[in-house]
Amino acid sequence: MADDAGTGSSWAPSASRSTVGRPLVLPAQYAAFPAALLVAWQICAQVGFIRRNVLPAPTDVALVWYDLVTGATDAAARYSGTWLDHAAASIWRVFAGFAWGGALGILAGILIGVSRVMERVLDPTIQVLRNIPVTAWVPLSLVFFGIGNAPAVFLIGLGAFFPAAINTTHGVRQINATLIKAARMMGASDSELLVRVILPGALPSIMTGLRLAMGIAWVLVVVAEILAVRSGLGYLLNDAYLFYRNDVVIAAMLSIGVLGFISDRIVVLVRDHLLEWNRLETFSGQN
Amino acid sequence: MARISLSHLGKTFAIRDGSVIALADINLEIVDREFITIVGASGCGKSTLLNLLAGFETATSGELAVDGAPITGPGPDRGVVFQQTALFPWLSVEDNIAFGLRLRANRHKGSPEVIVERMLQRTRLSAFRSRRPAELSGGMRQRAAIASVLAIDPSILLMDEPFGALDALTRSIMQDFLLEVWEEERKTALLVTHDIDEAIYLADRTVVMTAQPGRVREIIEIDLPRPRRYDMRSDQRFIALRDYVTDIVREEAIRGTTELRE
Repeated sequence: MADDAGTGSSWAPSASRSTVGRPLVLPAQYAAFPAALLVAWQICAQVGFIRRNVLPAPTDVALVWYDLVTGATDAAARYSGTWLDHAAASIWRVFAGFAWGGALGILAGILIGVSRVMERVLDPTIQVLRNIPVTAWVPLSLVFFGIGNAPAVFLIGLGAFFPAAINTTHGVRQINATLIKAARMMGASDSELLVRVILPGALPSIMTGLRLAMGIAWVLVVVAEILAVRSGLGYLLNDAYLFYRNDVVIAAMLSIGVLGFISDRIVVLVRDHLLEWNRLETFSGQN
Repeated sequence: MARISLSHLGKTFAIRDGSVIALADINLEIVDREFITIVGASGCGKSTLLNLLAGFETATSGELAVDGAPITGPGPDRGVVFQQTALFPWLSVEDNIAFGLRLRANRHKGSPEVIVERMLQRTRLSAFRSRRPAELSGGMRQRAAIASVLAIDPSILLMDEPFGALDALTRSIMQDFLLEVWEEERKTALLVTHDIDEAIYLADRTVVMTAQPGRVREIIEIDLPRPRRYDMRSDQRFIALRDYVTDIVREEAIRGTTELRE
């Protein structure tokens, strides 16, 4: 038929002309900026622009970091070989908090998004609580839970809840009304509508909410570990600060950055896997 | 069997400062397997009428019934083809066609696999079965939407300007496609359009509506032979019908705009 001329392949995301056939262009685009930062930092420290024990050079940090992880050189002294335990403690707290806060946030977001009644019941409370910085919950959570994992997981979950809830509500509300009508017309029950239309339709926004939640979780794990627990990368960072080990402080900072980055990549990978269809429908950036 | 009867049907919408009468005293009997088109100037309430039949809206006054049973809400006995194609962007063409069949309400209608296969063939979409809606042309998308509605085998087909978003050539091809499908299944069909050619070409009877409030101005018997062919549009009889309907619709459109201005 004459109207069958449309093809999908020409609309699919594709590599642009400028990067095709030039294998080194992509890695160079990724590496240029971080490499420049490292070089500038090394020069600053090397020249003595800033005192070396205030701002250790990247090479110093690398050596200390290596010992932190392996315990092979004793460059990190009392922290030698402790990295894995601290990192594992932080990762566990982040994912535990992210899991309960994110799950509850999605649930609340769907309830509010689907029902105007639930919006009136829940939303004002959530909007008021949202404006209290999660750090303001530290004293109360310490009184309630004592020192340990519980207040950390509580604070992280609280921080993850709000972006998950708000983005989920937004996602439900922006579903094309014709799709809801079509599903109803075909005889979909409430639960079928939820599972087959509302959840997949809201998924792009839900994933955005979870990505923001993951970012907040890594911020709050450091806050919690400085104030409420005696393990984790945040604790390591604060303890090294008290002993004036800025090289360990920076190694801990970078560890948090890298682990946060990896967590974000995991969320993005899951999102891209689930939302392949969404890239066909929306602007995904030009090359 | 699917006979639709509308008696003294009225619909009033509340707006910020008062109310708007969209439909007033609509009386219409649609017999089983009849193809009815509704044509009228924009704002005459023709889409509202279709929404009432689909069950998306409730009437303010009067009665509407299918085979004597009043309409209480949307349901799979009345399939709706929307102007804005209702395909789920996250599902492939075949999963979209199977969507209704996988709902509990339609489980008894047969194996989704078998029905989907038949629909894909009939709509000539077999080669595009695993494409997503965004990867289809406008005409293909609307064919997939029609297939997904036909898959649940409704006794009534309601269409709200289904080809309104298509270019003229695709639109005329889609009209022939729709007639071809309809000739095979002979479902009771009701199609709303503002395209007078389309209204005449498809219909057994064309209902012309008055401008706001929407009433039935005239019901015109379309005595063209079936099956229809696209070149019938240049026949004397078709031209006469078109001129006749155009006169009424134009008159109503002009009356509608002058009354609004006053």
